Amino acid sequence: MKRYSVFAVAREAMNWHTGWERAWRSPEPRRRYDVIVVGAGGHGLATAYYLGRNFGITNVAVVEKGWLGGGNTGRNTTIIRSNYLQDPSAALYEKARSLYEGLSQDLNYNVMFSPRGLLMLAQTEHEVRGYKRTVNANLLQGVETRWIGPGEVKALVPIINIDGPRYPILGALYQERGGTARHDAVAWGYARACSAMGMDILQNCEVTAVRQANGAVQGIDTSKGPIDCGKLAIVVAGHSSVLAEMAGFRLPIESMALQALVSEPIKPCIDVVVMANTVHGYISQSDKGELVIGGGTDGFVNYTQRGSWQHIEETVRALIETFPVISRLKMLRQWGGIVDMTGDRSPILSKTPLGNCFVNCGWGTGGFKAIPGSGWAMAELVAKGEPGPLAADFGLDRFREGRFIDESVAAGVAH
Amino acid sequence: MSLRLTTGGRLIDRAKPLSFRFNQRWMTGLAGDTLASALLANDRVMVGRSFKYHRPRGIVASGVEEPNALVGLGEGARFEPDQRATTIELFEGATAISQNHWPNLAFDVGEVNSWLARFLPAGFYYKTFMAPQAAWARLFEPIIRRSAGLGRAPDRADADRYEQAYAFADLVVVGGGVAGLTAALAGARAGQRVLVLEQTAHWGGRAPVDGGVIDGLGPDAWVRNAVKVLEKMENVTLRLRCMAAGLHDHGHLIGYERVADHAPQTDAPRHRLWRIRAGKVVVATGALERPLSFAGNDVPGVMLASAVRDYVVNWAVAPGQRTVIVTNNDDAYRTALALLDAGLAVPAVLDTRESLTGDLVQAVRARGVRVLEGKAIARVRGRSRLRGVVICRQDSAGATAMSETIACDCVAMSGGWSPVVHLWSHCGGKLLWDASAAMFRPDPTCPPTGADGAAMAVCAGAASGALGLADCLRDAHKAAGGTGKPPQAKAPTEAPIAPVWVMPAKAGIEARSKMWLDFQNDVKVSDVQLAAREGYESVEHTKRYTTLGMATDQGKLSNINGLAVLSEALDQPVPATGTTTFRPPYTPISFGAIAGEARGDLFQPLRRTPMHGWHEAHGAHWEPVGLWRRPYCYPRSGETHRDAVNREVLATRRSLGLLDASTLGKIVVKGPDAGRFLDMIYTGVMSSLPVGKCRYGLMCSDNGFLIDDGVVVRLSDDTWLCHTTTGGADRIHAHMEDWLQCEWWDWKVHTANLTEQFAQVAVVGPNARKLLEKLGGMDLSKDALPFMTFAEGTLGGVRARVFRISFSGELCYEVAVPASQGLAFWERLMAEGAEFGVTPYGTEALHVMRAEKGFIMIGDETDGTVIPQDLNLGWAISKKKVDYLGKRAQERAHMADPDRWRLVGLETLDGSVLPDGAIAADAGYNGNRQRNTQGRVTSTYYSPTLGRGIAMGLVRRGPERMGEVIRFTAEGRLIAARIVDQVFYDKDGEKQNV
Repeated sequence: MKRYSVFAVAREAMNWHTGWERAWRSPEPRRRYDVIVVGAGGHGLATAYYLGRNFGITNVAVVEKGWLGGGNTGRNTTIIRSNYLQDPSAALYEKARSLYEGLSQDLNYNVMFSPRGLLMLAQTEHEVRGYKRTVNANLLQGVETRWIGPGEVKALVPIINIDGPRYPILGALYQERGGTARHDAVAWGYARACSAMGMDILQNCEVTAVRQANGAVQGIDTSKGPIDCGKLAIVVAGHSSVLAEMAGFRLPIESMALQALVSEPIKPCIDVVVMANTVHGYISQSDKGELVIGGGTDGFVNYTQRGSWQHIEETVRALIETFPVISRLKMLRQWGGIVDMTGDRSPILSKTPLGNCFVNCGWGTGGFKAIPGSGWAMAELVAKGEPGPLAADFGLDRFREGRFIDESVAAGVAH
Repeated sequence: MSLRLTTGGRLIDRAKPLSFRFNQRWMTGLAGDTLASALLANDRVMVGRSFKYHRPRGIVASGVEEPNALVGLGEGARFEPDQRATTIELFEGATAISQNHWPNLAFDVGEVNSWLARFLPAGFYYKTFMAPQAAWARLFEPIIRRSAGLGRAPDRADADRYEQAYAFADLVVVGGGVAGLTAALAGARAGQRVLVLEQTAHWGGRAPVDGGVIDGLGPDAWVRNAVKVLEKMENVTLRLRCMAAGLHDHGHLIGYERVADHAPQTDAPRHRLWRIRAGKVVVATGALERPLSFAGNDVPGVMLASAVRDYVVNWAVAPGQRTVIVTNNDDAYRTALALLDAGLAVPAVLDTRESLTGDLVQAVRARGVRVLEGKAIARVRGRSRLRGVVICRQDSAGATAMSETIACDCVAMSGGWSPVVHLWSHCGGKLLWDASAAMFRPDPTCPPTGADGAAMAVCAGAASGALGLADCLRDAHKAAGGTGKPPQAKAPTEAPIAPVWVMPAKAGIEARSKMWLDFQNDVKVSDVQLAAREGYESVEHTKRYTTLGMATDQGKLSNINGLAVLSEALDQPVPATGTTTFRPPYTPISFGAIAGEARGDLFQPLRRTPMHGWHEAHGAHWEPVGLWRRPYCYPRSGETHRDAVNREVLATRRSLGLLDASTLGKIVVKGPDAGRFLDMIYTGVMSSLPVGKCRYGLMCSDNGFLIDDGVVVRLSDDTWLCHTTTGGADRIHAHMEDWLQCEWWDWKVHTANLTEQFAQVAVVGPNARKLLEKLGGMDLSKDALPFMTFAEGTLGGVRARVFRISFSGELCYEVAVPASQGLAFWERLMAEGAEFGVTPYGTEALHVMRAEKGFIMIGDETDGTVIPQDLNLGWAISKKKVDYLGKRAQERAHMADPDRWRLVGLETLDGSVLPDGAIAADAGYNGNRQRNTQGRVTSTYYSPTLGRGIAMGLVRRGPERMGEVIRFTAEGRLIAARIVDQVFYDKDGEKQNV
């Protein structure tokens, strides 16, 4: 792999950039791999990357039905934070956040992690109490957050209306080292690094069956033919139930459409990420200048990647109420993605009833921020066959035992 | 130079000059102008700067596909960035500024990026700015953010208003061109309810500019007649300036009507958002012309051929004096003819094709114009304004020393046409590649389908690929189910297009680095080829890596060119590359319109109890609770909120307090199976409750967690009244209906949420009975109405239900009266209670008193992870029942774990108030290096009754650890607290049971 740097760009400029090599190879499948990861989204690629980096397992294929990074990795609102209430969540998301800090250097690919700060607004007394509780919990978890008053909120976000007639801003939970990253670049950076370690990324390769014998996985059938494997990791977000069915087990997952939208690009007007859970809206501004806005999930199960219009209206109303200056800006594009929701809205990183088959899913509306931590924990689970401390609480058995990890009190609708 | 012609202009009114300002200079336009046509009439060709390289940008198009001519329009509270000059109807006093430059449009420091363009190819930022680690966020990113973006954000709240409306139609025709009008006529004559939407201010679309004959008339005359006929039909609604923004599932079409953009002085709403339900949508949205990719095709003065024609014919504006036409199809010859008719020079037509014989070509040749076959533009002369073109053969590598230069100040380019298939595609309609016409057109066999599985949209006319006038009308007539003969059209025959994606075909890399695809985002042919080379082969990868098609025109202008270049680079046919996803809206729509009237006071509905006005008049400090507002307290002058709360608590405990409890949920459950149903919904037994009795009940989710609580009353043999929390009323009603409709659909039960039908007052305190007895009408003595019973009767002449329940621990009657009597009843209580010092109290006093009594509050003691057993509420769970919602879940291993955190009382050693949300750490760390914890504070208050802080909390094995002192962490401090009984006041319940 040729290293990227400003010098490399200058050197290639002399040849009008005709000398760049492929960011990742486009190989034909081999007959067998030690590990097959199904799903070349952020989580799948990160799993493969840390299998190689942390455990030296590089005989790995990442199999993708479409184009890599084309699922929720490429259609989220790029928010990164770890101000979670429950210990297992805070550990996992903080691991992810801290890995994001050095990810560009680690991958030699600028993922543009931008710790621009993140605010969760409290607009009811109930939220004030909830976020103060989170601050206290975060302190004991080693996650840096603090409670700030409305004056400091206004200083951080000058365009915010803190005296709204309905829901005045009472303060906020502030994570200074939360922020955003360039979502596509995360997938591309991991893909390039995986490819450089000799892993095969097989795009346009749809899994059609999971083969098994004696209670353990043997391989998969794909649109590019059968491939054998020692271990199988299913990391396919919105379509987890479909793959699980092929592998012969069921998951406690419902799939729904979650929407997002962007405005036309404007000069910088909001430098931090703001989430307003009482009124249901969250917003940040991309480096390109677009306001990136998260919407709601449909209340019914579907796979359309579209979503219902009224959620767009609800979200935009909430944001105009909070940021009145945006009323005259325009919505450039709206879209949807399929999120897989568990009963407690927390993810699953788990062994499965099928031997040597592991599953990573259930990230709901908040998977992007977790990508490096998720890959780190999943790689450990796949490599050792048992979860490490990061994944230990996220097993499938928790639903049977009632050991839920429910963040709803701290995160409201969106997380 | 560009200027206004002395004659012509079908859309302008020369008798009505309009003054407008551009970059602080006053200029004159005419009624009927767009801002773009008026700028061109004032010799303003260059109007902006590009996104990345800050290159000079001129007007390219005449409609929604314009990528360059974006301006900031208006001032102050009516300022709006990123407005397309080509779709702004000019009005008197309009004020516009150009964008994305500093210090000014002509001299922009940012243009340094353009000189460095060679070092800034697609995606360069993924390869750089990585060292040192902190530099990205601190140094590079702020610089990039400042130079990116286009216009500046408005700096104050919007002064305009917006509204929303609904419409329903059998047939919605999108597009008011000749195809749309033909479809509308066909549908309307068949008796359908027809709605026609046209995004511009004019009917007729392109046909009046392009010419031809329809039913023996010129297009203008035919359009006038057709509109006249449609206007007279009762089943037809015509709507100009209304764009179909998006087609959503089930024929839900969003219309975006720009009501007053062109007349900002009027008092009408600025935009109106239409939510339309369409039986069927006819997508008659026409086609858009594509540019050609030659070196320097972004220099101001290079325009679409169709746009040049539009400016000449519609607005009598000459974009240039000498216009070279470059094309790969016959349509561009119409531009030559229009220019010649206007007396303007056309030094040459460069056609990439050979052996040209079409009608239009012959007509142009007959006017003495040089038509050069097999020719292309090698490069252009000029930087901020076009001065000439150097020509070469299309099948060559570019110009040679012998190459001819043609002086010109305008180039009209045409790379062919692409049907506007956005609405078709929004909801899943598929496209097919028509190689002979070099375009993606709708695949009629794969339409977007509605709930019935049938097509909910059909494309008509040019939008379906029928570009010729006669074909277009025939297709539109058929699309709307027209019977009989379609309108008959005559137009010149046209020779086939020859696709050209790179000009000239063998251009070297240096030239390809100057061929623009996305004019706004500065994406060039070389960038797309770089993406392909680096493995970003999926069309989505290329888009995201290069930002092709991500500008405000969303690729309308040149996405197809980009896809074709990518296909060539990957050596695969265009359909193998495919398109990116078409997403709503078709063009950007204002957030204001999306929000509609719902802003400020109307942001969300405000629910008011019948006594709301009284509270307001008596100084209530409000707390939002769901959509309600409840008085938090009633501070008197000079009192802090804390003082007021303490006073309210003490007054109530000592004598008499009143609480407006109207917001509490009141759900009536009725029917032969109501008892059985409630036994499933609640953890306790409600079916055995005698008529006239009250019972406290808990509701759990199917996961076992406590979701709501409240008192259930049996009103009659088959009727129960379920009180819920204020915030829970709608949620619990939906929860009940969910189970009834989805799981127990054969049970005979009805539910009704009567929350707003009753006003409810809690009359609380030792003197509560005395007050109600003064009103008279019911026997409220302890024997007649003991604790946890209910009676119906008349109190002081008002029909009332009286419940002997208490959330404060005091003697309490909750009295429900019809909502219409609520205020009068409240005022009567206040008047009659004066002798007892009656004190209205708010939600905070309510909280303090319930905490003093150790009562739980949903949302404080519960957070979606707590089961009733954790709260020592096992007594409210029936051991006998076979089942209730949550029972099985509560038997799971973790739920029955003796180590669970359970509810206790907490008090600090010094009597201070524990902070909200404090958490008790435990010894050691867990596997993730987090401190172990053993409990948390759930409610904490200053108790004026006891004169010290009191709290409740969940602590591991709490009830087994009475008297133990543990340390809580909050606000960076450690606070010691003793575990005590959760009931702080009147432990035996003597006061409420008198």
